[in-house]
Amino acid sequence: MELMNNNLWRVKVGLAEMLKGGVIMDVTNAEQAKIAEDAGACAVMALERVPSDIRKEGGVARMAAPRIIREIMDTVSIPVMAKVRIGHFAEAQVLEALEVDYIDESEVLTPADEEHHVWKHGYKVPFVCGARNLGEALRRIAEGAAMVRTKGEAGSGNIVEAVRHMRTIVSQIKRLTLLGEEELVHESKELGSPFELVAWVAQHGKLPVPNFSAGGIATPADAALVMQLGAEAVFVGSGIFKSSDPAVRARAIVKATTHYKDPKVVLEASEELGDAMKGLDIRQMDEKDLLQTRGW
Amino acid sequence: MKIGIVAIQGDYQAHAKVLERLGVSYTFVRIPADLAGLAGVILPGGESTTHLKVMTEEGLFDALKKFAAADGAFFGTCAGAILLAKEVHGPAQASLGLLNASVLRNGYGRQLASDVHMGQTKLRAQPLEMVFIRAPIIESVGANVEILADDAGHPVLVREGKILAATFHPELSDDTAVHDYFVRMARNGSAVAR
Repeated sequence: MELMNNNLWRVKVGLAEMLKGGVIMDVTNAEQAKIAEDAGACAVMALERVPSDIRKEGGVARMAAPRIIREIMDTVSIPVMAKVRIGHFAEAQVLEALEVDYIDESEVLTPADEEHHVWKHGYKVPFVCGARNLGEALRRIAEGAAMVRTKGEAGSGNIVEAVRHMRTIVSQIKRLTLLGEEELVHESKELGSPFELVAWVAQHGKLPVPNFSAGGIATPADAALVMQLGAEAVFVGSGIFKSSDPAVRARAIVKATTHYKDPKVVLEASEELGDAMKGLDIRQMDEKDLLQTRGW
Repeated sequence: MKIGIVAIQGDYQAHAKVLERLGVSYTFVRIPADLAGLAGVILPGGESTTHLKVMTEEGLFDALKKFAAADGAFFGTCAGAILLAKEVHGPAQASLGLLNASVLRNGYGRQLASDVHMGQTKLRAQPLEMVFIRAPIIESVGANVEILADDAGHPVLVREGKILAATFHPELSDDTAVHDYFVRMARNGSAVAR
């Protein structure tokens, strides 16, 4: 835990703390970033194509062009995040040189390394990573991720995988709090995560970094659902800019995320919205088309 | 006595934990009705643009102004300090305007400029830890504003009557000194014994 006991680590997690209760929106250009900021996004995620387009168009998905990211940084005053391919530490170096506020080492892009993720402690810019379960979350934290998000199934417009991942992580955390020390050693082997982190989670009943939700959120009620399941903030990707009226939908999802415990406000937020993105049935998809199985 | 913590977005849970440690009761404020019966309000860290947007659309912005006019105490940290200041730059945006000061948003730069400093304050003799995250800079303050701490040539903790503002995040430190000061401010009115 030595790597997590210093001021750099604290300000990395500190920025994640500031994003809690908010909505981080995927944007592909400065114009979309402005719409997101005006709707109340607490941060934007710059990427080349939103996940549903990556699915449709195929090809290799990479870090967004620096020029686009810089335009977005110059346009909005909220934090700007950008994605790198799993294991592509040189893309991460480029984004750090560009001075983005957060880096998402993301399964949405085509992985650059099928065995190794980026050693994130080596950067001053904080990282967020996706996870499907507690073991994966703790491995990413061990590498230096200062925020974890569920992977869900990006670009699907289907909340089922984000729900599965959030429920899995929360229930695995609850379970750890009931175990004795010798059981935690065994659990650390089963989870494939460092014992120190497993013991920390068992003692505190939560992850040592904020736990957000991503991958399939398309409606205000989707946001309220994952928040009630334990998400501390939400990422919305294709759900906003693939809907019929992005500004209205973005605003509605922000409102539902703030008032997630108040069904009357979530109802208000859900009214007078245009069409949501169409979405995909995960059960009809081929295993090879799943993004969540990228990384480990 | 009860303190309200505006809970639109940001690190409001961190403020709640500090108040718990001080044994002060609190409630989260999301709609105007939540302000009833409070002695003071904390505006937490987070994104000021998001807070402003949600507050304005749902009537909380005006309700907070009325709360101030009725002599309620305020404590803003980082984004909260931006919302309290009369003048906001970088870019300009609306604010509650309760503190006679001008602030520059993200004044130190982006996340790479976030840092933890130790500094002196007028609250006590020992230094205080100050966690700065994409912090604003207080560029200037009016004559009635007391500077309780500065760092690198800029005021970082200031007070005007019942309004307290920090550009750093006392809620992210283990030290409860600044919150303790605010709680006494909210309890006693404007004269706080040091």
